[in-house]
Amino acid sequence: MDVSQYLQIFIEESKENLQRLNENLLKLEGNPDDIQTLNEIFRVAHTLKGMAGTMGFVKMQKLTHHVENVLSEIRSGKLKVNVSMLDTLFQCLDALENYVEEIVNTSGEGNEDYGLLIQELENIATMQNGTISKEAVSVESKVNDTKVLSPGITEAENENLMDLPEVQANIKNKAISMGMNVFQVAIKLSANCVLKSARAFVIFTELERLGEIVHCVPNTQDIEDERFENEFVLVFVTKESKQKLQEIILGVSEVESVTIAVFKQSEVIEEDIPVVKQEDQQNTEQQENNPVQNGKQVSSKTVRVNIDRLDTLMNLVSELIIVKTQLEGLDVSTQNAGGNYNDSVEYLERVTTSLHDAVMKVRMVPVELVFNRFPRMIRDVSRKINKDIDLIMSGEETELDRTVIDEIGDPLIHLLRNAADHGLETTEERVALGKPKKGTIKLQAYQDGNNVVIEVRDDGRGIDVNKIKNKAIQKGTITKDEAANMTEQEIIDLLFKPSFSMAKEITDLSGRGVGLDVVKSKITALGGHVEVQTELGKGSKFIVRLPLTLAIIQALMINIGNEKYAIPLGNIQNIEDVRKEDIQLVQKQEVIVVRNEIIPIVRLHSILGLPQEEDKDLMMGVIVKKGERQVGFIIDSLIGQQEIVIKSLGKYLSGIDIIAGATILGNGEVALILDINSLI
Amino acid sequence: MEYAFQSIRQFIVFKLDEQLYGIDIQNVQIIERIKPIMRVPKAPACVKGVMNLRGEIIPVISLREQFDLIASEYTDKTRIIIVKLDEAMVGIIVDEVKEVIELSEEQIEAVQNIQGKIKTNHILGVGKVNSSIITLLNLSNIIEESFEN
Repeated sequence: MDVSQYLQIFIEESKENLQRLNENLLKLEGNPDDIQTLNEIFRVAHTLKGMAGTMGFVKMQKLTHHVENVLSEIRSGKLKVNVSMLDTLFQCLDALENYVEEIVNTSGEGNEDYGLLIQELENIATMQNGTISKEAVSVESKVNDTKVLSPGITEAENENLMDLPEVQANIKNKAISMGMNVFQVAIKLSANCVLKSARAFVIFTELERLGEIVHCVPNTQDIEDERFENEFVLVFVTKESKQKLQEIILGVSEVESVTIAVFKQSEVIEEDIPVVKQEDQQNTEQQENNPVQNGKQVSSKTVRVNIDRLDTLMNLVSELIIVKTQLEGLDVSTQNAGGNYNDSVEYLERVTTSLHDAVMKVRMVPVELVFNRFPRMIRDVSRKINKDIDLIMSGEETELDRTVIDEIGDPLIHLLRNAADHGLETTEERVALGKPKKGTIKLQAYQDGNNVVIEVRDDGRGIDVNKIKNKAIQKGTITKDEAANMTEQEIIDLLFKPSFSMAKEITDLSGRGVGLDVVKSKITALGGHVEVQTELGKGSKFIVRLPLTLAIIQALMINIGNEKYAIPLGNIQNIEDVRKEDIQLVQKQEVIVVRNEIIPIVRLHSILGLPQEEDKDLMMGVIVKKGERQVGFIIDSLIGQQEIVIKSLGKYLSGIDIIAGATILGNGEVALILDINSLI
Repeated sequence: MEYAFQSIRQFIVFKLDEQLYGIDIQNVQIIERIKPIMRVPKAPACVKGVMNLRGEIIPVISLREQFDLIASEYTDKTRIIIVKLDEAMVGIIVDEVKEVIELSEEQIEAVQNIQGKIKTNHILGVGKVNSSIITLLNLSNIIEESFEN
């Protein structure tokens, strides 16, 4: 059963197809008569069904099939699109997404069969004229025919037949159409059989006299090497009858039992009565166990890469080879060798820089990947809270590193929900205020230098600073005196404190006090930060700033003691000479004054567990910044700026918070990267 | 036949402070000469730091310190045995790697009370080959404990 190699593709494509369905259903909702959109939906649903079928995900196929029925009724004009129908269809998409999710996690589609949804779909499909119009369904697609004509088939019966890889499935279908019989033969050898592979070999040769073995689980190599328990399963194409087959196999000694099932054309399957009843169960169990072994492969991440980018990579690698050849060909003895050598090294440098850029680009994916599920989400939210909401998105083509993309979804959902639930006023309030009835949420992404900025803006009521202040005082987060001294921005920042919720009542959507602090911690973990701008009565804007990539950063290499460390350049404000006499004590904290600013000093030696040396007259200070806070690190010397590849310290050392990771230097040495956020 | 095949296990034997120890060869990835090791601040005492093994960062622990033996200078014979447990690689520093031995189940004795500094849960058993006695280590317990606290 080797569909596992297609599983990754299936998952990726199903996700894409579901996304397309979501988008187009939304379009259809806005414009119910758009036949083109409807056709597109139908086409995508059909693809999805076909793929699910090929992969043997029967429940998923069945659900999609019913969705398709409803769609075809709409297309033939027998049904009109209405809101409750769309709700049901959206629910089906959710259910299908759940299937895909289950497949991602376990390689199997799970046991949920969404009977209620299917019932509902059937009801919708039969609503018109109160009768099932079978012609309408069967006209739509040929593949449908077989399904509709044999509706009694349930998954339970199908499960005993294995899923064939594409090639074998084709052979199977061809053979059936030529009038041959295709059997699935499950053979169990007796437990005390000593030479299992030899016994299997005998069965193979016996069978091969009568027809052809197209597929075999476990594969022939494994059987030859005796890597199987007592059972194996064959797919066998033959002209002989089932009975004959059975006789022959049982004629081989040490065969305990044999179960034969018949394959039919295009996934419609009938089960014959098995010879040994309990065999069935084991057979199913064996098949169910199989996917679990593949579980690890399933969860691996993939990136789809534009072919142009791969070409660029190829070109750069060829150039790299040219440089290598140049260097090899250098005649050291000639006078000019030094000059040529320098040329080549310079060339090499250029190529590697471009190569780095190109490789980084391969990891980049458009934010569209996250954005495209938001219209659907906002639709659901707007129906739930009964507000009219317009979501305007722009800059979907902005690209971010794949790892960032994966993490950014949840925080953005939080922000969007917040905007919809708290930000926007109710429709009545908006009308009373003279605002347009429909609230607007703008989601915008753009690149800004080495950062990508994502803004979530609403035209709602804005944030009432005084309200936050009062709430914070009431909660004891700050005292009255503190509140009086705080700037407006500082007060707004209180929103990001843990368990600080402004919602008056807890709703389904938000107000549980785990909103914005989670957003903030997630974004900080990605090396980004989030801020709020707001105007009372006009709306608020959440600005999320993210680094373009996580894997490679610019860093300042420093020496502390005789160890080398890296500080991410993004954190560094400037580098200052620090004289011994400049260091002053304020409330037992060492500080220096740089351009009229008081900056606390951190002795890296003691934090890093190195012996503290006598202060020299002139020391070096690296001023780092986190938000508004500045801190000066006293270091021994600078090495210089360098591009470094961030590597993890692994699971065993992940608990050390002052170290963000490690990098490998040119000479193979390891240098540790300081985690500035936890040092300040 | 089959029975005998299953019950033979291979161990890598190494020396630590004049004593012989064995670890299951299944866990061993590679054995390296001593390499530069970067100290990691705030790491547990027996974690010597991290090393670069062909582009991968691997934590390195000193068995001497884990077993409360006196730390010694690295010599020509000092080796780092890279083991892989639960998908994570760890290097362990030993005084000397001797050989690979095969032990059948009968040759492995479970020993409840071993006189010495090693905790019982660090030991799988004791293997006897010819006249020498080899303490077989339970690596996953040792490594888990090294990284605690």
